[in-house]
Amino acid sequence: MESTQSFRFFNRGPSPLVRLIFFSTLSLLLLFVDARYRYLESTRSALSILVSPIQQLATIPNSLWRQSSEYLFTQSSLVRENKVLHQQHEIDAAQLLQLQTMHAENQQLRNLLALPQRAGFTTQTAEIVSAERDVFKRKLLINKGSGADIQAGQIVMDDKGIVGQITRVYPWLSEVTLITEKDHAVPVEILRNGLRTIVFGAGNTSQLVLRYMPTSADIENGDLLVTSGIDEIYPPGIPVATVVKIERDPAYPFARIICLPIAGVDKHHHLLILSGTPKPPALPAEQTVTKSPVEIAKTKRAK
Amino acid sequence: MPYLTQAKQEIQRPVSNLFVLLSIVVALVLNGLPWQGIWLAIRPDFVAVVLLYWCMHKPLRVGIGLSWVVGIFADVADANLFGQHALAYTLLAFGGVVLHRRLQMFDVRQQTSQVFGIFVLTYGVYALVHWQLNGYVVWSYFIGCVTSTLLWMPFSFMVRVIRQMNPKHKGS
Repeated sequence: MESTQSFRFFNRGPSPLVRLIFFSTLSLLLLFVDARYRYLESTRSALSILVSPIQQLATIPNSLWRQSSEYLFTQSSLVRENKVLHQQHEIDAAQLLQLQTMHAENQQLRNLLALPQRAGFTTQTAEIVSAERDVFKRKLLINKGSGADIQAGQIVMDDKGIVGQITRVYPWLSEVTLITEKDHAVPVEILRNGLRTIVFGAGNTSQLVLRYMPTSADIENGDLLVTSGIDEIYPPGIPVATVVKIERDPAYPFARIICLPIAGVDKHHHLLILSGTPKPPALPAEQTVTKSPVEIAKTKRAK
Repeated sequence: MPYLTQAKQEIQRPVSNLFVLLSIVVALVLNGLPWQGIWLAIRPDFVAVVLLYWCMHKPLRVGIGLSWVVGIFADVADANLFGQHALAYTLLAFGGVVLHRRLQMFDVRQQTSQVFGIFVLTYGVYALVHWQLNGYVVWSYFIGCVTSTLLWMPFSFMVRVIRQMNPKHKGS
């Protein structure tokens, strides 16, 4: 106990209650401004420079642990892993050859049908700095930021499927929102029958849900969902999730469909950031401007 | 006899500002470790424990203002909205500063029950803000206030031992 505490006739500034009110109001104001207007992004990136040493420091124990466990690998396990990788490589190489011919064939067919070509994409590797640090959020930080030309909105995947999307970029770090984040939407199609839908994150579990699918929809357990590419953000044909559980309750208009993501976020240390995905074509010029409301109503009825 | 233990506790070396600052930084680092899954849910809020400890024991040096600043840093580190941690830590510090006389009368076991209330309030405010902004609450988050409370006793003990053993701390 500090003995000086009992002297109350020294001026010590405003009372705790005044300070509480001042700082709470300030916090609420900041919350409101940040949530509604997003004015504070530059302040955030400036402060993140101060915070990043702490973040770097926090990754040290994990990387030390990883390094030491790598160091203690036995030779036999390395040999075994090498053998497995070799086999995998041979299988992949054979498939890749086939893929090249199919790619050429696809291009030719698309030329014949005068369809636009599928654009490719390039990738950048990044390392996970830290996984979700808040029970409420499905997010992670990776070690590439605006210094490495990363932009918000880019897609992040691993060797199996889509992991998430970059939502905030700092100078040396960027924040990836996982597809399992609550209400995060990915436009997908079912590989088996091409049925298009949207898959949403479930929030507090690492699951995804398909909403608004009628109970009669043609969907089965084990169906693979791949990106449909319709939004022009996600490149088409990348695996997203598999259907694991379908509840068809006739009391509800929609079936309850639960999926599990294919990409293993907590298993890897490296992720791929896709760049060079095609820019969306310009939106068609608005024709309704010249039409009067009556005409619009007519066309709607005609449909 | 709580009075006797209290009298003993008073003879402690003063803490330097560096020690306080270092403890807060260490707490921020501990919070930033890559906790995952169930460990994330049961992780105590180290920063809250440290801030509350200093608000209670050195209310003239660590108060509401500093807690707010630490909260802002925690928000940046967690990629939260500005002010979410800051608001929670402001309330935490207020609880600590206002109750510091009463809490210092108690021994560590009695303090624990009082501290639990403050942690529940802090966690509640954080969850409330999140619920208002995003529309859902993760209930496993509240396990954290129990583990934070459980951390209180070992942490108080640790700081007391450090303050008694290190003669270098001679600040103010």
